[in-house]
Amino acid sequence: MIEEKFDAIVVGAGMSGNAAAYTLASRGLKVLQLERGEYAGSKNVQGAIMYASMLEKIIPDFREDAPLERHLVEQRFWMMDDTSHTGMHYRSDDFNEERPNRYTIIRAQFDKWFSRKVKQAGATVLCETTVTELIRNTEGRVIGVKVDRAGGAIFADVVVLAEGVNGLLGTRAGFRETPKAESVALAVKEMHFLPEEVIAQRFGLSGNEGCVIEAAGTFSQGMTGLAFLYTNRESISIGVGCLVSDYARTMESPYALLEQFKNHPSVRPLLKDTEVKEYAAHLIPEGGYKAIPQLYGDGWVVVGDAAQLNNAVHREGSNLAMTSGRIAAEAIFQVKSRRDPMTAENLRLYKTMLDESFVIKDLKKHKDMPALLHTNSQNFFMTYPQLMSAAAQNFVRVDGTPKIEKEKATLSSIVKARSRFGMVSDAVRLAFAWR
Amino acid sequence: MSDAPTPKPAAQAAGRAGMKKELPEHFKAYRHVWVAVELERGQVHPVSFELLGEGRKLADKLGVDLAGVVMGPPGEETNQAIREAFAHGADLAYLVEDPILRDYRNEPYTKALTDLVNAYKPEILLLGATTLGRDLAGSVATTLKTGLTADCTELAVDADKSLAATRPTFGGSLLCTIYTLNYRPQMATVRPRVMAMPERVERPIGRVIAHPLDMREEDIVTKVLNFIPDGQSNKVNLAYADIVVAGGMGLGSAENFQLIRNLAATIGADFGCSRPVVQKGWMPAERQIGQTGKTIRPKLYIAAGISGAIQHRVGVEGADLIVAINTDANAPIFDFAHVGIVTDAVRFLPALTDAFARRLSPHNHDKLAG
Amino acid sequence: MHIIVCIKQVPDSAQIRVHPVTNTIMRQGVPTIINPYDLFSLEEALRLRDQHGGEVTVITMGPPMAEDALRKALTFGADRGVLLTDRYFAGSDTLATSFALASAIEKIGQLYGRPDIVFAGKQTIDGDTAQVGPGIAKRLDLLQLTYVAKVSAADPGKSEITVERRAEGGTQILKTRLPCLITMLEGSNEMRRGTMPDALRAARAEIVTWSAADAGIEDLTKCGLRGSPTVVKHVFAPSARQDKATMVGEAGDLPRDLADKLLDDVFTRQPAILIAMSALSSL
Ligand SMILES: Cc1cc2nc3c(=O)[nH]c(=O)nc-3n(C[C@H](O)[C@H](O)[C@H](O)COP(=O)(O)OP(=O)(O)OC[C@H]3O[C@@H](n4cnc5c(N)ncnc54)[C@H](O)[C@@H]3O)c2cc1C
Ligand SMILES: Cc1cc2nc3c(=O)[nH]c(=O)nc-3n(C[C@H](O)[C@H](O)[C@H](O)COP(=O)(O)OP(=O)(O)OC[C@H]3O[C@@H](n4cnc5c(N)ncnc54)[C@H](O)[C@@H]3O)c2cc1C
Ligand SMILES: Nc1ncnc2c1ncn2[C@@H]1O[C@H](COP(=O)(O)O)[C@@H](O)[C@H]1O
Repeated sequence: MIEEKFDAIVVGAGMSGNAAAYTLASRGLKVLQLERGEYAGSKNVQGAIMYASMLEKIIPDFREDAPLERHLVEQRFWMMDDTSHTGMHYRSDDFNEERPNRYTIIRAQFDKWFSRKVKQAGATVLCETTVTELIRNTEGRVIGVKVDRAGGAIFADVVVLAEGVNGLLGTRAGFRETPKAESVALAVKEMHFLPEEVIAQRFGLSGNEGCVIEAAGTFSQGMTGLAFLYTNRESISIGVGCLVSDYARTMESPYALLEQFKNHPSVRPLLKDTEVKEYAAHLIPEGGYKAIPQLYGDGWVVVGDAAQLNNAVHREGSNLAMTSGRIAAEAIFQVKSRRDPMTAENLRLYKTMLDESFVIKDLKKHKDMPALLHTNSQNFFMTYPQLMSAAAQNFVRVDGTPKIEKEKATLSSIVKARSRFGMVSDAVRLAFAWR
Repeated sequence: MSDAPTPKPAAQAAGRAGMKKELPEHFKAYRHVWVAVELERGQVHPVSFELLGEGRKLADKLGVDLAGVVMGPPGEETNQAIREAFAHGADLAYLVEDPILRDYRNEPYTKALTDLVNAYKPEILLLGATTLGRDLAGSVATTLKTGLTADCTELAVDADKSLAATRPTFGGSLLCTIYTLNYRPQMATVRPRVMAMPERVERPIGRVIAHPLDMREEDIVTKVLNFIPDGQSNKVNLAYADIVVAGGMGLGSAENFQLIRNLAATIGADFGCSRPVVQKGWMPAERQIGQTGKTIRPKLYIAAGISGAIQHRVGVEGADLIVAINTDANAPIFDFAHVGIVTDAVRFLPALTDAFARRLSPHNHDKLAG
Repeated sequence: MHIIVCIKQVPDSAQIRVHPVTNTIMRQGVPTIINPYDLFSLEEALRLRDQHGGEVTVITMGPPMAEDALRKALTFGADRGVLLTDRYFAGSDTLATSFALASAIEKIGQLYGRPDIVFAGKQTIDGDTAQVGPGIAKRLDLLQLTYVAKVSAADPGKSEITVERRAEGGTQILKTRLPCLITMLEGSNEMRRGTMPDALRAARAEIVTWSAADAGIEDLTKCGLRGSPTVVKHVFAPSARQDKATMVGEAGDLPRDLADKLLDDVFTRQPAILIAMSALSSL
């Protein structure tokens, strides 16, 4: 047994855990962080977008040494049918600013860097150590954790659960339910390697500029799903994600969808001659506001994906994770500074502070979105992309048909595919959910 | 060593890498190619013959002699080793004969070989990358303070007569060519089965230069208390088998390896596996084929349910004919196999065993001929 | 007993990529691990220490980040880590590496007690030469026991050790004197899982970090590139075979038909195989 007691134990060294551990340690608390992976980031899906302003709040000068891949100057949204895509394309030189707003990162490296910062801030970080159980006293208050090593019971005033989307510890302890199949997406992802020059040329980038493509359409076979492609310095991250319940319903495999997407004529040229190195599959919480569980209790708080804090609509996760981690740490610090015990009552401060932040406000705003996209997935991900494509093609193709007839044809094809009423109602509901 | 009188920072020294200096005077006398003939318990390791074959080519290219170096106890077995050295291409032999050399031990063997080198000065010294060769080569090279390139896959002589030793690096993902430019001898080890076996031509024993060991048993600290030969039953001679059948993780379970053993028994093959199979405990370690297992060079290699990772590939590339069975048409093994079948190995192997049995059956000689 | 274990931090070669254009190793994102062979030696060292008492010191020569490998070794239960790091060591081959390590081991001996046993790995997965261990033994004038499958008996009091050593065609039972250098055979033991107290100690341990000078090395010409008689002239990717496998059979084929097609193909290509097979076969 270990006699030593910590002020806080942080379970997990992902974005949220690192943010929490860093914030706690740099405020002088005695912190132990436990990570089951071989190193921080080893279990995390690679290649992602990182939002600078949330990290700035934690490590203001992170740009000096964080492993950042490219800053984003361009975003493309594609609606795809089997042979075409209709797109929106936004690019601005304004993003070539001194302190760019969004970067692509490779999580394995980024998390390692973050973890180094956590250690430098004074936390004790143990990897390859899985927390197996929360230790509670007779009143049910969490007072420590057990790990999968001999002699592994260790105590602290508060445990920060930053264990990611699976959140086994919290569910096992009865703090929340296992996420439902319709509120988690399963994403699969590959890293494709390419020389830097080729990436620059293929996507029209110079220097450290980066580009993102996000796509929805028929490749997901009518399931609620999105595909994405991010440019890193010497690689491209590409993946698709669909709701777990949809996979179960359609018996589709995520890898098959990814293959479909990769073989789409609009995507294939972007991947030419690449060397695929890494595959990964990971869950994304997509239940939104309605799926957020209890966030605190006697001796514990939960942050990041484990608390379902993920904005599926905007494809944001790591920023919510970082922010919730930081806010939880600040709340704990305040309670600690007042020399108050880490009771549920005192830790409610975390929820109060989080409610005031963009995290909860954004999630609340889109609270109806996940359900809508889910129940109408056939329309949003199959019918509309096809219609959009047909309309665009009809518009672009010059074949001697009078323009007036073209317009009529487009309209009637739309009406045939989806009743006018259905379209209007989808549009209205989408607008409401977005509002 | 005082070849660089003013200490330079390492970064600058890097510029030296490609430079060939005038060979120091005391190394100029070093000539001829030597191959250590590995004798253990009366058996010459076949890698020695493969090395003699390769050494012959180097010696011819350089216009020098090829010598076999035999170290062993007095007696017929050592004599036989000398005879074999000549039969496999040596022009002459060096011999250190002493009862102390009955079993391999590092101390006396290091002394024997180091003394020979100092006395007769070869420019190239080759050893097998076996347990004996690797144990000995490191000690000898360190004593002589010369360069040693281990586990080479290719040996050549370049335009200015230096030994260009090529070996895999980073787990076989890359190859590199290494030189020992300014020191002699240039030492290299080569793994069994990497070089082709030369033809054996019976010849009379030629010139043999004997050198004393000059050591007493009392001087040697390490004692061999016992030698337990590998039992005949589990003796694995995979590296030298003519036909090899191997299974990988694709077979799915330990039980399914019976299919591999059945096929092997039917066609007179030896059998092996990929590394994860050993890690699973489905096969013993000595059956592992690949970078960290055995290198094989059979006439026929049949790989079932093996993906063909680079570490596996480097161990089997020398096979004359590689047949791969894999459910995944994109498995990397099809990049270097000669014949491929996309099918479930578990279902296919019994049919294959059966088909071989039919062809090989003595009642089927008509088919055999056709 | 004082036991020193040499470990090396290596890139996990399963995850190495070669840049398709420049043919250089792309280390980006490639995780590093303790050379797997070194773990068998480390575990044996820990076992001997647990039996006989004493300390295990692990040493590595490498870049500053090799500290991670030492810390991990401490997690397993080693007592002390020494990192040998200096730009003068860059580009060392086996001879220069064994010189630097041998010098540092001598220094460790002076500071923390003469070693009874020095362990090295059988080989590394990046250098893969199996020469550094023997090199260290020679330089320190230690008796050398390579490819050890089992340490059958060790008696630090009498300075004796008996081991089973893998030889070609059999196992040697060898008895020798301490101090000696041992390299363990893979599979000879299984690395333990460090305890929580060890893991906690490791996470906070001070790693002794030495430059060449700290290790008592005066003659820098024996280090790094300058101390290396071998010179790597060029590095290149293995040439890919142009022709891929000929695929035999069609989708609907029954296993039996497929097998016959395969045999036809094989025996047409290499009739000699059938002859070899007939000679070897049990039928
Ligand atoms: C394919 C994909 C793409 C994404 N793209 C983006 C993007 O572009 N931008 C964005 O902002 N977000 C993105 N996200 C979401 C983002 O990755 C997550 O929201 C974020 O990583 C959540 O951080 P976290 O710290 O809560 O969880 P994680 O990063 O999952 O970390 C949890 C950690 O806890 C450890 N752990 C778990 N259980 C235990 C235990 N019992 N004991 C010890 N350790 C434990 C795990 O090993 C892990 O390291 C993406 C997600 C996926 C799957
Ligand atoms: C330092 C180092 C050294 C290594 N040394 C070696 C070595 O010496 N030897 C070695 O082999 N490996 C070695 N490896 C491991 C190597 O990288 C691979 O992991 C290993 O070769 C893969 O083994 P596998 O092909 O059996 O398994 P997998 O990679 O899992 O492949 C299984 C294959 O079976 C196929 N399959 C699945 N089901 C079936 C079926 N029913 N019928 C037919 N096919 C099926 C799959 O499509 C797949 O291609 C080493 C790795 C490292 C890091
Ligand atoms: N840089 C190094 N630091 C510490 N030990 C090393 C180093 N290089 C090699 N070794 C040791 O020598 C063994 C054999 O290495 P090698 O000769 O490179 O195959 C390794 O398993 C290590 O124990």
